[in-house]
Amino acid sequence: MIALFKRDIMLAFRSGGGFGLALSFFLIVVMFVPFGVGADLALLAIIAPGILWIGALLACLLSLDRIFQLDFEDGTLDVLATSPLPGEAITGAKAAAHWVTTGLPLTLAAAPLGYLLNLPSEAYFWLVASLLTGTPALSFIGSFGAAITVGVKRGGLLLSLLVLPLYIPTLIFGAQTVTRAATGQDPLSTWAMMTGLSLFAVAAMPLAAALALRVNLR
Amino acid sequence: MLHRLPTPEGLGYLKRMNIRTTSLGCTRNGRAILSGISFDLADGTCLVLRGSNGVGKTTLLKTLAGLLPLQQGSLQIDRDQVAYAGHLDAVKAQLTVEENLQFWAGIYGTGDIRTVLKKLDLSALADRPAHALSAGQKRRLGLARLLVSKRSIWLLDEPTASLDSQSTALVARVISDHCAAGGTAILSTHLELPIRKVLTLDLGKFTSKSADSEPDPFLDEAFA
Repeated sequence: MIALFKRDIMLAFRSGGGFGLALSFFLIVVMFVPFGVGADLALLAIIAPGILWIGALLACLLSLDRIFQLDFEDGTLDVLATSPLPGEAITGAKAAAHWVTTGLPLTLAAAPLGYLLNLPSEAYFWLVASLLTGTPALSFIGSFGAAITVGVKRGGLLLSLLVLPLYIPTLIFGAQTVTRAATGQDPLSTWAMMTGLSLFAVAAMPLAAALALRVNLR
Repeated sequence: MLHRLPTPEGLGYLKRMNIRTTSLGCTRNGRAILSGISFDLADGTCLVLRGSNGVGKTTLLKTLAGLLPLQQGSLQIDRDQVAYAGHLDAVKAQLTVEENLQFWAGIYGTGDIRTVLKKLDLSALADRPAHALSAGQKRRLGLARLLVSKRSIWLLDEPTASLDSQSTALVARVISDHCAAGGTAILSTHLELPIRKVLTLDLGKFTSKSADSEPDPFLDEAFA
């Protein structure tokens, strides 16, 4: 399981890997917002939490189909299915590797980008905290969607349609956490709610994804 | 339900019969392809599957590996000992030859990939990224994985595809050695391989003719 986790991270950093893709997409989206909205600092401060969260979510979505599709195409998934690893360990390790190569860099990049959007200083801690505990939900729910669409050629659209509705609760509570912190309210309750959702996704999604994968390999 | 009947030789008999199938039937995409396949395969033997394209060699191998569901009959095989090598080599182009094997050694919990590299004549290529390998070299790397897995039942789908005569002989020798050491191999090929103790199964005789084998037009088009 550790071997699979390490290999997925290694592949993400090699040429053609997905590491730079999500991160640069996030940078571009967030940097373009001030150009589109205009230099109204008060307005930017209001929309900053939402923009940062939506940007992170879409950036995460961009690299989801790589989780299983590449291994499916070169036959690795068939071999893994006959290996001593249980299916849940395969999907869990792959989702965790996806988080390390997308969710974690997005979290780290979010704080400087918040400055670009004039995010109030009280909100920085909660921005990083909410992304740190919220992005695992994005990777693990996404791995489930990726497992369902694995055999489908050009399944990106189908994957997005399946996964985006499941992302909504995380998005609402995540963005609310930052907004509440920015407006001087207590962000703890929404953060706890979102972290709960995230923990549920981490625990349950590998099982669901393994089941979907088993059906798809047949 | 499979009942293990007592045999004159007792448990030793069951142990030697590594793989046993009884009137096995296989389907692919809901279409019955093969039926009535029965064979017992003892340790140390190699079974070669023959038959024209599309007869169901891959389907049978996938069914034995557990990648496709069993439709009819019974199958006795130790899934914890199965190493499967399909049409695709399961080689990552961005990783080097050594990293590819190291990964599989980690998955199977084995070590020592050096002797395997040597055995398949890949030592000189150990540091080369897999995308720079030729098709035949890639195929050999895919087969090296079987040695790394240290499993006793090998299921090989066209292991000799895109190999030259020298590499084909090498692969035949590796399979022979594996069987001589007590392992079992089932492979599909169109070539005559110089392997000792080889049994041949012509799948053309087991083609399914059942009437309910028509594909479901709805399901077929829904996922086309």
